[in-house]
Amino acid sequence: MKIAYYPGCTMKTRAASLELAALEALNVLGVDFTELQRWNCCGAVFSLAEDDLIHHVAPVRNLVRAQQEGCDTVVTICSQCYNTLARANLLVRGDSEKLDTINRFMDEEPDYDGGIEVIHYLTLLRDHVGWDALKSKVVRPLDGLKVAPFYGCTLLRPDEVSIDPLKEGVLEDFLRALGAEPVPFAAATECCGYYQMLAHPEEGMQRAAKVIGSANQAGADALVLSCPLCEYNLGTRQSEVVAMGEQLEPVPTLYFTQLLGIALGLEPDLYRLDLAGPAARDLLVEKNFVAAATV
Amino acid sequence: MDTATVTEVETKTIPIFVMGKKYEVPDTLTIMKALEYAGYQYIRGCGCRGGICGACATVYRKAGDYKIYTGLACQTVVEPEMYLAQIPFYPANRASYDFETLDATPESIFKLYPELFRCVACNACTKVCPMDVEVMDYVSALKRGDIKAAAELSFDCIQCGLCASRCMGEMAQYHIAQLARRLYGGKLAPKAEHLRKMCDDIEAGTFDNAMAEVKTLGEDEMKKIYTEREMEPAMSEEGWTPASSAGLA
Repeated sequence: MKIAYYPGCTMKTRAASLELAALEALNVLGVDFTELQRWNCCGAVFSLAEDDLIHHVAPVRNLVRAQQEGCDTVVTICSQCYNTLARANLLVRGDSEKLDTINRFMDEEPDYDGGIEVIHYLTLLRDHVGWDALKSKVVRPLDGLKVAPFYGCTLLRPDEVSIDPLKEGVLEDFLRALGAEPVPFAAATECCGYYQMLAHPEEGMQRAAKVIGSANQAGADALVLSCPLCEYNLGTRQSEVVAMGEQLEPVPTLYFTQLLGIALGLEPDLYRLDLAGPAARDLLVEKNFVAAATV
Repeated sequence: MDTATVTEVETKTIPIFVMGKKYEVPDTLTIMKALEYAGYQYIRGCGCRGGICGACATVYRKAGDYKIYTGLACQTVVEPEMYLAQIPFYPANRASYDFETLDATPESIFKLYPELFRCVACNACTKVCPMDVEVMDYVSALKRGDIKAAAELSFDCIQCGLCASRCMGEMAQYHIAQLARRLYGGKLAPKAEHLRKMCDDIEAGTFDNAMAEVKTLGEDEMKKIYTEREMEPAMSEEGWTPASSAGLA
Protein backbone atom coordinates (compact mmCIF):
# COMPACT_ATOMS: atom_id res chain seq x y z
CA MET A 1 0.00 0.00 0.00
CA LYS A 2 1.44 3.35 -1.03
CA ILE A 3 -0.35 6.17 0.75
CA ALA A 4 -0.83 9.72 -0.50
CA TYR A 5 -2.05 12.20 2.08
CA TYR A 6 -4.57 14.64 0.60
CA PRO A 7 -4.76 17.69 2.90
CA GLY A 8 -7.70 19.86 1.77
CA CYS A 9 -7.76 23.65 1.85
CA THR A 10 -8.95 24.28 5.40
CA MET A 11 -6.23 22.07 6.85
CA LYS A 12 -3.68 24.59 5.63
CA THR A 13 -5.42 27.59 7.16
CA ARG A 14 -7.97 27.53 9.99
CA ALA A 15 -7.82 23.81 10.73
CA ALA A 16 -4.06 23.40 11.15
CA SER A 17 -4.99 22.00 14.58
CA LEU A 18 -6.73 19.11 12.80
CA GLU A 19 -3.74 18.30 10.60
CA LEU A 20 -0.36 18.73 12.25
CA ALA A 21 -0.58 16.26 15.13
CA ALA A 22 -2.20 13.67 12.85
CA LEU A 23 0.74 13.72 10.45
CA GLU A 24 3.36 13.48 13.19
CA ALA A 25 1.34 10.65 14.75
CA LEU A 26 1.75 8.64 11.54
CA ASN A 27 5.51 8.98 11.90
CA VAL A 28 5.29 7.82 15.53
CA LEU A 29 3.09 4.90 14.46
CA GLY A 30 5.46 3.93 11.65
CA VAL A 31 3.07 4.58 8.76
CA ASP A 32 4.79 5.59 5.50
CA PHE A 33 3.01 8.27 3.51
CA THR A 34 3.70 11.17 1.18
CA GLU A 35 1.78 14.40 1.12
CA LEU A 36 0.48 15.12 -2.39
CA GLN A 37 2.75 17.67 -4.07
CA ARG A 38 0.04 19.03 -6.31
CA TRP A 39 -3.64 19.14 -5.42
CA ASN A 40 -6.74 21.30 -5.69
CA CYS A 41 -9.90 21.75 -3.64
CA CYS A 42 -11.70 18.41 -3.18
CA GLY A 43 -14.84 19.94 -4.62
CA ALA A 44 -16.21 20.70 -1.11
CA VAL A 45 -19.60 19.10 -1.71
CA PHE A 46 -20.48 15.97 -3.67
CA SER A 47 -22.93 17.00 -6.37
CA LEU A 48 -26.07 14.86 -6.44
CA ALA A 49 -27.29 16.12 -9.81
CA GLU A 50 -27.36 13.31 -12.34
CA ASP A 51 -25.80 15.30 -15.18
CA ASP A 52 -23.48 17.58 -13.22
CA LEU A 53 -20.19 15.95 -14.12
CA ILE A 54 -18.20 19.19 -14.01
CA HIS A 55 -18.42 19.19 -10.21
CA HIS A 56 -16.73 15.79 -10.11
CA VAL A 57 -13.74 17.04 -12.06
CA ALA A 58 -12.08 18.54 -8.98
CA PRO A 59 -12.13 15.34 -6.87
CA VAL A 60 -11.19 13.09 -9.81
CA ARG A 61 -8.30 15.38 -10.72
CA ASN A 62 -6.93 14.86 -7.21
CA LEU A 63 -7.16 11.09 -7.70
CA VAL A 64 -5.18 11.53 -10.94
CA ARG A 65 -2.52 13.40 -8.96
CA ALA A 66 -2.24 10.50 -6.50
CA GLN A 67 -2.01 8.09 -9.42
CA GLN A 68 0.74 10.27 -10.99
CA GLU A 69 2.72 10.06 -7.75
CA GLY A 70 2.56 6.28 -7.89
CA CYS A 71 0.18 5.88 -4.96
CA ASP A 72 -2.71 3.45 -4.60
CA THR A 73 -4.38 4.94 -1.52
CA VAL A 74 -5.49 8.46 -0.65
CA VAL A 75 -5.98 9.26 3.02
CA THR A 76 -7.77 12.39 4.28
CA ILE A 77 -8.20 13.77 7.77
CA CYS A 78 -11.01 16.22 7.02
CA SER A 79 -14.21 14.19 6.92
CA GLN A 80 -15.81 16.49 4.36
CA CYS A 81 -12.92 15.98 1.91
CA TYR A 82 -13.16 12.27 2.62
CA ASN A 83 -16.82 12.21 1.70
CA THR A 84 -16.39 14.22 -1.50
CA LEU A 85 -13.37 12.28 -2.77
CA ALA A 86 -14.73 8.85 -1.79
CA ARG A 87 -18.11 9.44 -3.42
CA ALA A 88 -16.62 10.82 -6.63
CA ASN A 89 -14.33 7.79 -6.71
CA LEU A 90 -17.27 5.47 -6.20
CA LEU A 91 -19.22 7.22 -8.95
CA VAL A 92 -16.55 6.94 -11.64
CA ARG A 93 -15.53 3.40 -10.64
CA GLY A 94 -19.10 2.28 -11.04
CA ASP A 95 -19.88 4.15 -14.24
CA SER A 96 -17.30 3.73 -17.01
CA GLU A 97 -19.18 6.10 -19.26
CA LYS A 98 -18.97 8.94 -16.76
CA LEU A 99 -15.33 8.15 -16.07
CA ASP A 100 -14.64 8.25 -19.79
CA THR A 101 -16.41 11.59 -20.16
CA ILE A 102 -14.42 13.10 -17.31
CA ASN A 103 -11.15 11.66 -18.64
CA ARG A 104 -11.86 13.08 -22.10
CA PHE A 105 -12.68 16.47 -20.59
CA MET A 106 -9.39 16.46 -18.66
CA ASP A 107 -7.47 15.79 -21.87
CA GLU A 108 -4.38 17.51 -20.46
CA GLU A 109 -4.06 14.85 -17.72
CA PRO A 110 -3.39 11.12 -17.82
CA ASP A 111 -6.61 9.12 -17.61
CA TYR A 112 -7.82 8.14 -14.16
CA ASP A 113 -7.87 4.35 -14.08
CA GLY A 114 -10.10 3.98 -11.02
CA GLY A 115 -7.29 2.34 -9.09
CA ILE A 116 -7.13 4.62 -6.05
CA GLU A 117 -8.69 3.70 -2.70
CA VAL A 118 -9.91 6.70 -0.71
CA ILE A 119 -9.83 6.15 3.03
CA HIS A 120 -10.25 8.28 6.12
CA TYR A 121 -7.53 8.68 8.75
CA LEU A 122 -9.59 6.75 11.32
CA THR A 123 -9.87 3.85 8.87
CA LEU A 124 -6.11 3.90 8.47
CA LEU A 125 -5.65 3.72 12.25
CA ARG A 126 -8.20 0.95 12.67
CA ASP A 127 -7.32 -1.29 9.72
CA HIS A 128 -3.63 -0.67 9.15
CA VAL A 129 -2.26 0.34 12.55
CA GLY A 130 -4.74 -1.30 14.91
CA TRP A 131 -6.08 -0.07 18.24
CA ASP A 132 -3.64 -2.18 20.28
CA ALA A 133 -0.66 -0.76 18.42
CA LEU A 134 -2.02 2.74 18.90
CA LYS A 135 -2.60 2.08 22.60
CA SER A 136 0.98 0.86 23.00
CA LYS A 137 2.28 4.24 21.81
CA VAL A 138 0.15 6.29 24.22
CA VAL A 139 2.35 8.02 26.77
CA ARG A 140 -0.26 10.23 28.38
CA PRO A 141 -3.55 8.29 28.67
CA LEU A 142 -6.59 10.56 28.77
CA ASP A 143 -7.90 8.92 31.93
CA GLY A 144 -11.18 10.25 33.20
CA LEU A 145 -11.90 12.40 30.15
CA LYS A 146 -15.53 11.93 29.14
CA VAL A 147 -15.86 12.57 25.44
CA ALA A 148 -18.91 12.83 23.22
CA PRO A 149 -17.82 11.36 19.87
CA PHE A 150 -19.41 13.37 17.09
CA TYR A 151 -19.47 11.71 13.68
CA GLY A 152 -21.79 14.15 11.95
CA CYS A 153 -22.90 13.13 8.49
CA THR A 154 -19.92 12.83 6.23
CA LEU A 155 -18.05 9.96 7.91
CA LEU A 156 -21.07 7.68 7.81
CA ARG A 157 -23.41 8.71 5.03
CA PRO A 158 -24.22 7.39 2.55
CA ASP A 159 -23.64 3.75 3.58
CA GLU A 160 -21.41 3.08 0.56
CA VAL A 161 -18.69 5.38 1.90
CA SER A 162 -19.30 4.91 5.64
CA ILE A 163 -16.03 4.46 7.53
CA ASP A 164 -17.96 2.34 10.03
CA PRO A 165 -20.31 0.15 7.97
CA LEU A 166 -20.72 -2.42 10.77
CA LYS A 167 -21.45 0.33 13.30
CA GLU A 168 -18.71 -0.90 15.61
CA GLY A 169 -18.01 2.60 16.89
CA VAL A 170 -14.70 3.51 15.25
CA LEU A 171 -14.50 6.88 17.00
CA GLU A 172 -15.36 5.29 20.35
CA ASP A 173 -12.66 2.63 19.86
CA PHE A 174 -10.18 5.34 18.93
CA LEU A 175 -10.99 7.29 22.10
CA ARG A 176 -10.69 4.17 24.26
CA ALA A 177 -7.26 3.45 22.77
CA LEU A 178 -6.20 6.90 23.99
CA GLY A 179 -7.53 6.11 27.47
CA ALA A 180 -10.52 8.46 27.21
CA GLU A 181 -14.08 7.48 28.02
CA PRO A 182 -16.58 7.82 25.16
CA VAL A 183 -20.01 8.62 26.57
CA PRO A 184 -23.28 7.41 25.00
CA PHE A 185 -24.32 10.38 22.94
CA ALA A 186 -27.69 10.44 21.19
CA ALA A 187 -26.78 13.14 18.63
CA ALA A 188 -23.53 11.49 17.54
CA THR A 189 -24.67 11.10 13.96
CA GLU A 190 -26.89 14.17 13.66
CA CYS A 191 -26.20 17.07 11.30
CA CYS A 192 -24.17 19.95 12.80
CA GLY A 193 -26.08 22.54 10.76
CA TYR A 194 -23.75 22.24 7.74
CA TYR A 195 -23.67 25.19 5.31
CA GLN A 196 -27.22 26.03 6.43
CA MET A 197 -25.57 27.90 9.31
CA LEU A 198 -24.82 30.64 6.78
CA ALA A 199 -27.66 30.22 4.27
CA HIS A 200 -30.47 29.65 6.80
CA PRO A 201 -28.98 30.55 10.19
CA GLU A 202 -32.07 29.75 12.25
CA GLU A 203 -32.38 26.19 11.00
CA GLY A 204 -28.62 25.76 11.23
CA MET A 205 -28.58 26.96 14.85
CA GLN A 206 -31.38 24.55 15.76
CA ARG A 207 -29.35 21.65 14.41
CA ALA A 208 -26.27 22.73 16.32
CA ALA A 209 -28.34 23.25 19.49
CA LYS A 210 -29.56 19.67 19.31
CA VAL A 211 -25.99 18.40 19.26
CA ILE A 212 -24.84 20.65 22.12
CA GLY A 213 -27.90 19.67 24.19
CA SER A 214 -27.24 16.00 23.63
CA ALA A 215 -23.59 16.40 24.68
CA ASN A 216 -24.81 18.16 27.85
CA GLN A 217 -27.20 15.29 28.63
CA ALA A 218 -24.44 12.76 28.08
CA GLY A 219 -22.38 14.51 30.71
CA ALA A 220 -19.50 14.99 28.29
CA ASP A 221 -16.42 16.99 29.28
CA ALA A 222 -15.77 17.65 25.61
CA LEU A 223 -17.18 17.17 22.14
CA VAL A 224 -14.76 15.58 19.69
CA LEU A 225 -14.93 16.45 15.97
CA SER A 226 -13.34 15.44 12.67
CA CYS A 227 -14.49 18.24 10.37
CA PRO A 228 -13.66 21.97 10.15
CA LEU A 229 -17.25 22.79 9.22
CA CYS A 230 -18.58 20.94 12.30
CA GLU A 231 -16.00 22.89 14.32
CA TYR A 232 -17.24 26.16 12.86
CA ASN A 233 -20.87 25.38 13.70
CA LEU A 234 -20.37 23.68 17.06
CA GLY A 235 -17.21 25.46 18.23
CA THR A 236 -16.71 28.91 16.70
CA ARG A 237 -20.45 29.68 16.74
CA GLN A 238 -21.19 27.82 19.97
CA SER A 239 -21.75 30.85 22.20
CA GLU A 240 -24.54 32.01 19.86
CA VAL A 241 -26.03 28.52 19.78
CA VAL A 242 -25.96 28.22 23.57
CA ALA A 243 -27.47 31.68 23.96
CA MET A 244 -30.48 30.82 21.81
CA GLY A 245 -31.25 27.40 23.25
CA GLU A 246 -32.93 26.82 26.57
CA GLN A 247 -30.90 25.07 29.24
CA LEU A 248 -27.86 24.65 27.06
CA GLU A 249 -24.43 24.61 28.64
CA PRO A 250 -21.18 25.33 26.82
CA VAL A 251 -19.09 22.26 25.99
CA PRO A 252 -15.46 22.44 24.89
CA THR A 253 -14.80 21.19 21.34
CA LEU A 254 -11.62 19.46 20.19
CA TYR A 255 -10.51 17.69 17.04
CA PHE A 256 -9.91 13.96 17.47
CA THR A 257 -6.36 14.52 16.27
CA GLN A 258 -5.66 17.05 19.02
CA LEU A 259 -6.47 14.35 21.58
CA LEU A 260 -4.26 11.96 19.60
CA GLY A 261 -1.38 14.42 19.75
CA ILE A 262 -1.74 14.91 23.49
CA ALA A 263 -2.01 11.17 24.23
CA LEU A 264 1.06 10.39 22.11
CA GLY A 265 3.03 13.09 23.93
CA LEU A 266 3.67 15.17 20.81
CA GLU A 267 4.95 18.74 20.93
CA PRO A 268 2.21 21.23 21.87
CA ASP A 269 2.83 23.27 18.73
CA LEU A 270 1.53 20.29 16.77
CA TYR A 271 -1.87 20.06 18.43
CA ARG A 272 -2.28 23.83 18.35
CA LEU A 273 -4.53 24.45 21.33
CA ASP A 274 -4.17 28.13 20.51
CA LEU A 275 -6.69 27.46 17.72
CA ALA A 276 -9.11 25.74 20.13
CA GLY A 277 -11.46 27.70 22.37
CA PRO A 278 -10.40 28.79 25.89
CA ALA A 279 -12.83 26.26 27.42
CA ALA A 280 -10.99 23.39 25.75
CA ARG A 281 -7.63 24.67 26.99
CA ASP A 282 -8.94 25.10 30.55
CA LEU A 283 -10.38 21.58 30.51
CA LEU A 284 -7.10 19.98 29.41
CA VAL A 285 -5.09 21.94 31.97
CA GLU A 286 -7.59 21.13 34.72
CA LYS A 287 -7.40 17.42 33.86
CA ASN A 288 -3.63 17.71 33.87
CA PHE A 289 -3.23 16.45 30.30
CA VAL A 290 -1.30 19.52 29.24
CA ALA A 291 0.84 21.95 31.23
CA ALA A 292 -0.70 25.39 31.69
CA ALA A 293 2.48 26.95 30.32
CA THR A 294 2.06 25.29 26.94
CA VAL A 295 -1.41 26.62 26.11
CA MET B 1 2.25 46.46 -49.96
CA ASP B 2 4.45 45.40 -52.84
CA THR B 3 3.57 41.72 -53.17
CA ALA B 4 6.08 41.30 -56.04
CA THR B 5 8.91 41.76 -53.51
CA VAL B 6 7.50 38.91 -51.43
CA THR B 7 7.31 36.46 -54.32
CA GLU B 8 10.88 37.34 -55.31
CA VAL B 9 12.20 35.79 -52.08
CA GLU B 10 10.03 32.76 -52.77
CA THR B 11 7.85 32.98 -49.70
CA LYS B 12 4.88 30.73 -49.94
CA THR B 13 1.49 32.18 -49.07
CA ILE B 14 -1.12 30.39 -47.05
CA PRO B 15 -4.80 31.04 -46.43
CA ILE B 16 -5.84 32.29 -42.98
CA PHE B 17 -9.22 33.55 -41.77
CA VAL B 18 -9.33 36.77 -39.77
CA MET B 19 -12.68 37.24 -38.08
CA GLY B 20 -14.18 34.99 -40.73
CA LYS B 21 -12.64 36.64 -43.80
CA LYS B 22 -10.05 34.79 -45.87
CA TYR B 23 -6.61 36.26 -46.62
CA GLU B 24 -3.53 34.87 -48.34
CA VAL B 25 -0.49 35.73 -46.25
CA PRO B 26 3.19 34.73 -46.33
CA ASP B 27 3.69 31.60 -44.21
CA THR B 28 6.67 33.02 -42.31
CA LEU B 29 4.80 35.88 -40.66
CA THR B 30 3.60 36.11 -37.10
CA ILE B 31 -0.12 36.60 -36.62
CA MET B 32 0.49 40.24 -35.87
CA LYS B 33 2.47 40.86 -39.05
CA ALA B 34 0.03 38.78 -41.08
CA LEU B 35 -2.84 40.99 -39.94
CA GLU B 36 -0.88 44.08 -40.93
CA TYR B 37 -0.01 42.43 -44.24
CA ALA B 38 -3.72 41.84 -44.77
CA GLY B 39 -4.38 45.53 -44.26
CA TYR B 40 -5.37 45.80 -40.61
CA GLN B 41 -3.95 48.60 -38.54
CA TYR B 42 -3.45 48.14 -34.82
CA ILE B 43 -4.99 50.73 -32.58
CA ARG B 44 -5.36 48.37 -29.60
CA GLY B 45 -4.30 44.78 -29.09
CA CYS B 46 -0.66 45.52 -29.80
CA GLY B 47 2.06 46.62 -27.42
CA CYS B 48 5.69 45.62 -27.10
CA ARG B 49 5.84 43.21 -30.07
CA GLY B 50 8.28 41.23 -27.96
CA GLY B 51 6.09 38.70 -26.14
CA ILE B 52 6.18 40.50 -22.80
CA CYS B 53 3.35 43.02 -22.47
CA GLY B 54 0.36 40.71 -22.96
CA ALA B 55 -1.60 43.15 -25.12
CA CYS B 56 -1.97 40.92 -28.20
CA ALA B 57 -3.74 37.83 -26.89
CA THR B 58 -5.16 35.85 -29.79
CA VAL B 59 -7.56 32.92 -29.95
CA TYR B 60 -7.71 30.66 -32.93
CA ARG B 61 -8.91 27.32 -34.20
CA LYS B 62 -7.58 24.99 -36.85
CA ALA B 63 -9.62 23.31 -39.55
CA GLY B 64 -11.02 19.94 -38.44
CA ASP B 65 -9.97 20.37 -34.81
CA TYR B 66 -12.38 21.06 -31.94
CA LYS B 67 -9.72 22.54 -29.68
CA ILE B 68 -9.32 26.22 -29.00
CA TYR B 69 -5.77 27.52 -29.33
CA THR B 70 -4.25 30.71 -28.00
CA GLY B 71 -1.09 32.67 -28.44
CA LEU B 72 0.40 36.11 -28.44
CA ALA B 73 -0.04 37.53 -31.93
CA CYS B 74 3.49 38.94 -31.93
CA GLN B 75 5.02 35.52 -31.12
CA THR B 76 2.87 32.99 -32.96
CA VAL B 77 3.59 32.12 -36.58
CA VAL B 78 0.57 31.69 -38.87
CA GLU B 79 -0.60 28.24 -39.94
CA PRO B 80 -2.71 27.30 -42.97
CA GLU B 81 -6.49 27.41 -42.42
CA MET B 82 -6.15 29.16 -39.08
CA TYR B 83 -9.33 30.87 -37.91
CA LEU B 84 -8.41 33.73 -35.61
CA ALA B 85 -9.48 36.83 -33.78
CA GLN B 86 -7.66 39.02 -31.35
CA ILE B 87 -8.94 39.81 -27.90
CA PRO B 88 -7.56 43.30 -27.25
CA PHE B 89 -9.52 43.66 -24.03
CA TYR B 90 -11.60 41.38 -21.87
CA PRO B 91 -13.71 42.88 -19.06
CA ALA B 92 -12.28 41.89 -15.70
CA ASN B 93 -13.05 43.68 -12.46
CA ARG B 94 -10.12 44.58 -10.29
CA ALA B 95 -10.85 45.14 -6.62
CA SER B 96 -9.68 48.43 -5.17
CA TYR B 97 -7.74 48.37 -1.93
CA ASP B 98 -5.31 50.41 0.12
CA PHE B 99 -2.17 48.32 -0.05
CA GLU B 100 -0.53 50.04 2.92
CA THR B 101 -3.29 49.03 5.31
CA LEU B 102 -4.08 45.64 3.78
CA ASP B 103 -3.14 42.63 5.94
CA ALA B 104 -1.02 40.06 4.13
CA THR B 105 -3.44 37.26 5.03
CA PRO B 106 -5.47 34.87 2.89
CA GLU B 107 -8.62 36.45 4.36
CA SER B 108 -7.72 39.81 2.76
CA ILE B 109 -7.74 38.11 -0.64
CA PHE B 110 -10.91 36.14 0.10
CA LYS B 111 -12.72 39.32 1.08
CA LEU B 112 -11.68 41.28 -2.02
CA TYR B 113 -12.18 38.36 -4.41
CA PRO B 114 -14.77 35.96 -2.92
CA GLU B 115 -15.39 34.59 -6.44
CA LEU B 116 -12.11 32.69 -5.96
CA PHE B 117 -14.22 29.94 -4.41
CA ARG B 118 -16.24 29.50 -7.59
CA CYS B 119 -13.35 27.52 -9.10
CA VAL B 120 -14.38 23.98 -10.05
CA ALA B 121 -10.85 22.94 -11.08
CA CYS B 122 -11.86 22.61 -14.75
CA ASN B 123 -8.36 23.88 -15.68
CA ALA B 124 -9.58 25.81 -18.75
CA CYS B 125 -7.50 28.78 -17.51
CA THR B 126 -4.27 26.78 -17.49
CA LYS B 127 -5.01 25.29 -20.90
CA VAL B 128 -5.58 28.70 -22.46
CA CYS B 129 -2.60 30.51 -20.92
CA PRO B 130 -0.14 31.61 -23.65
CA MET B 131 2.61 31.85 -21.01
CA ASP B 132 2.09 28.28 -19.72
CA VAL B 133 1.24 29.55 -16.25
CA GLU B 134 -0.47 26.90 -14.12
CA VAL B 135 -3.39 29.21 -13.44
CA MET B 136 -5.70 26.66 -11.81
CA ASP B 137 -2.88 25.59 -9.50
CA TYR B 138 -2.33 29.15 -8.25
CA VAL B 139 -6.08 29.55 -7.75
CA SER B 140 -5.97 26.30 -5.74
CA ALA B 141 -3.00 27.59 -3.76
CA LEU B 142 -4.91 30.75 -2.87
CA LYS B 143 -7.98 28.81 -1.78
CA ARG B 144 -5.77 27.07 0.76
CA GLY B 145 -4.20 30.39 1.78
CA ASP B 146 -0.76 29.81 0.28
CA ILE B 147 0.07 33.32 -0.96
CA LYS B 148 3.74 32.48 -1.53
CA ALA B 149 2.95 29.52 -3.80
CA ALA B 150 0.42 31.62 -5.74
CA ALA B 151 2.96 34.43 -6.19
CA GLU B 152 5.58 32.00 -7.45
CA LEU B 153 3.24 30.02 -9.72
CA SER B 154 1.86 33.19 -11.31
CA PHE B 155 5.24 34.89 -11.76
CA ASP B 156 5.25 34.63 -15.58
CA CYS B 157 1.74 36.10 -15.94
CA ILE B 158 1.59 38.99 -18.40
CA GLN B 159 -2.03 39.84 -17.60
CA CYS B 160 -3.41 39.23 -21.09
CA GLY B 161 -6.75 38.18 -19.60
CA LEU B 162 -7.33 34.99 -21.59
CA CYS B 163 -7.76 33.01 -18.34
CA ALA B 164 -10.63 35.30 -17.34
CA SER B 165 -12.22 34.84 -20.74
CA ARG B 166 -12.48 31.08 -20.20
CA CYS B 167 -13.35 30.86 -16.50
CA MET B 168 -16.45 28.88 -15.56
CA GLY B 169 -16.43 30.62 -12.19
CA GLU B 170 -16.31 34.00 -13.97
CA MET B 171 -13.39 35.23 -11.92
CA ALA B 172 -10.52 37.40 -13.14
CA GLN B 173 -7.71 35.12 -12.02
CA TYR B 174 -4.89 37.38 -13.09
CA HIS B 175 -6.02 40.30 -10.91
CA ILE B 176 -6.20 37.98 -7.91
CA ALA B 177 -2.71 36.68 -8.67
CA GLN B 178 -1.42 40.24 -8.96
CA LEU B 179 -2.71 40.95 -5.46
CA ALA B 180 -1.01 37.77 -4.22
CA ARG B 181 2.32 38.85 -5.77
CA ARG B 182 1.98 42.33 -4.30
CA LEU B 183 1.27 40.96 -0.82
CA TYR B 184 4.07 38.45 -1.08
CA GLY B 185 6.65 40.83 -2.50
CA GLY B 186 5.67 43.80 -0.37
CA LYS B 187 4.80 42.20 2.95
CA LEU B 188 5.74 38.52 3.21
CA ALA B 189 9.02 37.84 1.41
CA PRO B 190 12.16 38.46 3.46
CA LYS B 191 13.56 41.94 2.89
CA ALA B 192 16.98 42.34 1.22
CA GLU B 193 19.13 43.47 4.15
CA HIS B 194 21.99 44.72 1.98
CA LEU B 195 19.57 46.94 0.06
CA ARG B 196 18.18 48.41 3.25
CA LYS B 197 21.70 49.11 4.51
CA MET B 198 22.65 50.81 1.25
CA CYS B 199 19.54 52.99 1.38
CA ASP B 200 20.38 53.93 4.97
CA ASP B 201 23.93 54.80 3.93
CA ILE B 202 22.69 57.01 1.11
CA GLU B 203 20.23 58.78 3.38
CA ALA B 204 22.92 59.23 6.02
CA GLY B 205 24.98 61.16 3.47
CA THR B 206 27.80 58.61 3.16
CA PHE B 207 28.20 59.33 -0.54
CA ASP B 208 27.56 63.07 -0.49
CA ASN B 209 31.23 64.04 -0.65
CA ALA B 210 32.02 61.57 -3.42
CA MET B 211 29.03 62.83 -5.39
CA ALA B 212 30.04 66.47 -4.92
CA GLU B 213 33.51 65.56 -6.18
CA VAL B 214 32.15 63.85 -9.28
CA LYS B 215 30.09 66.95 -10.08
CA THR B 216 33.26 69.08 -10.29
CA LEU B 217 34.86 66.79 -12.92
CA GLY B 218 35.12 67.70 -16.60
CA GLU B 219 33.79 65.53 -19.40
CA ASP B 220 37.10 63.76 -20.12
CA GLU B 221 37.76 62.91 -16.51
CA MET B 222 34.22 61.63 -16.18
CA LYS B 223 34.61 59.38 -19.24
CA LYS B 224 37.91 58.06 -17.86
CA ILE B 225 36.35 57.13 -14.52
CA TYR B 226 33.44 55.50 -16.31
CA THR B 227 35.46 53.39 -18.75
CA GLU B 228 38.06 52.37 -16.16
CA ARG B 229 35.58 51.40 -13.47
CA GLU B 230 35.80 47.89 -12.15
CA MET B 231 32.93 45.67 -13.24
CA GLU B 232 31.85 42.27 -12.04
CA PRO B 233 32.63 39.78 -14.84
CA ALA B 234 29.54 38.21 -16.38
CA MET B 235 30.52 34.68 -15.31
CA SER B 236 32.03 35.53 -11.94
CA GLU B 237 31.90 33.19 -8.97
CA GLU B 238 29.42 33.60 -6.14
CA GLY B 239 31.98 35.14 -3.79
CA TRP B 240 33.27 37.86 -6.16
CA THR B 241 34.18 41.15 -4.48
CA PRO B 242 35.60 44.30 -6.06
CA ALA B 243 39.36 44.88 -5.68
CA SER B 244 38.72 48.39 -4.43
CA SER B 245 36.04 49.42 -1.99
CA ALA B 246 36.53 53.12 -2.73
CA GLY B 247 33.26 54.97 -2.39
CA LEU B 248 31.58 52.15 -0.46
CA ALA B 249 30.65 52.68 3.14
